[in-house]
Amino acid sequence: MSAKARILDKLRHSLAGTEPLPDDFDETLVTQPWRYPPEQRIARLRELMEAVRTEIHLTSQTQWPDLLATLLDEKQLTRLLIAPETDHGRQLSEHWQRRSDAPALHAYDRPVEEWKHELFHDTPASLTGTVGAIAATGSLILCPDRHEPRLMSLVPPVHFALLRASTIHDNLYEAQRALNWRAGMPTNALLISGPSKTADIEQVLAYGAHGPKDLVVLILEDA
Amino acid sequence: MSQPARIPLRDEFKSRAHDALGDAQLRRNFRGAMDSLMEKRAAAFSDADERERLRTLGNHIRARALSRLPDLLEQLESNLTANGVQVHWAETTEQANRIVLDIAERRQARQVIKGKSMVSEEMDMNHVLADHGIECLESDMGEYIIQLDHEKPSHIIMPAIHKNADQVARLFERELGEPYTRDVNELIQTGRRILRQKFFDADIGVSGVNFAVAETGTLVLVENEGNGRMSTTVPKVHIAVTGIEKVVAHLRDVVPLLSLLTRSALGQPITTYINMISRPRQAGERDGPEEVHLVLLDNGRSQAFADGELRQTLNCIRCGACMNHCPVYTRVGGHTYGEVYPGPIGAIITPHLVGLDKVPDHPSASSLCGACGEVCPVRIPIPSLLRRLREENVSRPDPGHAVMRGQGSKYSALESTVWKLWRTLYTRPLLYRLFRFFATRLRALTPSRLGPWTEHRGAPKPAARSLHELARKHLEQPR
Repeated sequence: MSAKARILDKLRHSLAGTEPLPDDFDETLVTQPWRYPPEQRIARLRELMEAVRTEIHLTSQTQWPDLLATLLDEKQLTRLLIAPETDHGRQLSEHWQRRSDAPALHAYDRPVEEWKHELFHDTPASLTGTVGAIAATGSLILCPDRHEPRLMSLVPPVHFALLRASTIHDNLYEAQRALNWRAGMPTNALLISGPSKTADIEQVLAYGAHGPKDLVVLILEDA
Repeated sequence: MSQPARIPLRDEFKSRAHDALGDAQLRRNFRGAMDSLMEKRAAAFSDADERERLRTLGNHIRARALSRLPDLLEQLESNLTANGVQVHWAETTEQANRIVLDIAERRQARQVIKGKSMVSEEMDMNHVLADHGIECLESDMGEYIIQLDHEKPSHIIMPAIHKNADQVARLFERELGEPYTRDVNELIQTGRRILRQKFFDADIGVSGVNFAVAETGTLVLVENEGNGRMSTTVPKVHIAVTGIEKVVAHLRDVVPLLSLLTRSALGQPITTYINMISRPRQAGERDGPEEVHLVLLDNGRSQAFADGELRQTLNCIRCGACMNHCPVYTRVGGHTYGEVYPGPIGAIITPHLVGLDKVPDHPSASSLCGACGEVCPVRIPIPSLLRRLREENVSRPDPGHAVMRGQGSKYSALESTVWKLWRTLYTRPLLYRLFRFFATRLRALTPSRLGPWTEHRGAPKPAARSLHELARKHLEQPR
């Protein structure tokens, strides 16, 4: 008999004669206390994310590339990793082609194995999109894919994320439903609620543990 | 780091507790940390009504999952398999280590980087891999610190909580040749720099699992540092190890459990990263592991599962709130327990993992104040389970009906006889009156030493006359 068969056998034997407990999931408990009027969603998200040192800027669908250039300049970042096949990646490259002072753009356009060293040692910042956010907990939702791979939001020390205001959900329960995750999860789905942090030494909060030291969210309001 | 030395712990709970209680620095470190964690949790649950209703929901979700555990495990396996994740089953930690070693050998792996995983601690994976020439490095900052000092975690969420910044600074100076600094930010940046290279080099990443979702075949990992994401994304192989109890039926079940977990553990509305992994790297994807494995470990859990009351032990979502609130844990610290899981949850889960006879003092390391049960986010009745284990400690199994491995190790024929005698005396009035008469008249013969009771107290002595006699005499007096 295999380990699997023996384990399942023992468990089934222990359950003999019992009925499964009913499913009494009460969705009001995870929705009602966590609902916000539409005009307060951004404020709530902002409050929670700023409390864990996230930088948040309100901008628009047309103005964000210029704002991003300014922010990169202020932070003295001269290179930015982008996903060139995404809408925002295209928009940024086209926009910045018209500017002579824009920082250099680098594309995550091949498997990580082919440029791992450069990613780890010479990629100071990245820009990714998001599929939404959660006001209740102050979280961005990312679903990395072939165009915008997983490590983009993890390895570079500064992570810029674009968020459309219309995609901010009240709570995780409603976000899961809206994204229809039950019918099929993405390969990898992430909730990101600030820059990487730790309190493992004396409970002292320190940012930039293993992931980005800075998280900058650009909220596009006209969406 | 080559093969780390194994520091043997002192063998007895009581002697270790004695040492810990005398260590002022250790007690300050724990007291400070536990006070702050308790405050943060209280602040995160500002609405008591919401908290209590959420705890009930959490309890029902876990109990419902356990009531269908074998079916859910099969559903989880079939959905994960369909997603391209390889599922392995292990009854013992030896089998689980064998599975990991086989994967490592097939991939010719030399370096393993580990996200935080208490199940891998059960397996003693670091040492087992080291014995086979494979470096297995912890990447959670706290775990990294204690691995560097050849220690075990003293808390399941804050593994290095027994150390202060000065002790970490001296450790980094000694082991890594880093200049001494008490600045926590600088210490963390040192860890970041060293471990980044390790993530870069590692052949295999190992992680635990916080929730395994049966209906979608998804592994949910909860963390703040990003080392869990690194471990599960950078290396070409990801091996997740978890106990068989971690499965939940639905994706939506994760929502309240997540809220309970992060608020109870750290007082945070959510952790920095919630990482939901459903597949290995797909065709055309540019990063992520080529292989994802899930190892489902029993290691005594099915024994707890067999008993309706003890089964509740498996509700646990490993938040650590019970230890943060435990007056015993706060004073003796995690290492006193001498096992992987310390504190109240450790006292009720460890007997199933290693046998009750190996940890006979664990169920008694409690004042039964009830704090652990009161804060448990999934309403495990820890105090009654502790009492139950105390009973199992002294009751010999009926032939063929052992409740748990190692029960009855504290059974004493003398003690058992004394209790039987007591029961006889107190249920038969005539015998009781006779006993009372002689106990009061012969009180001078009461023994002055009564085992541990008289180590720090005087021996009890019956009064010269019983209350009964005094009352009767009083009533018979003419008024």
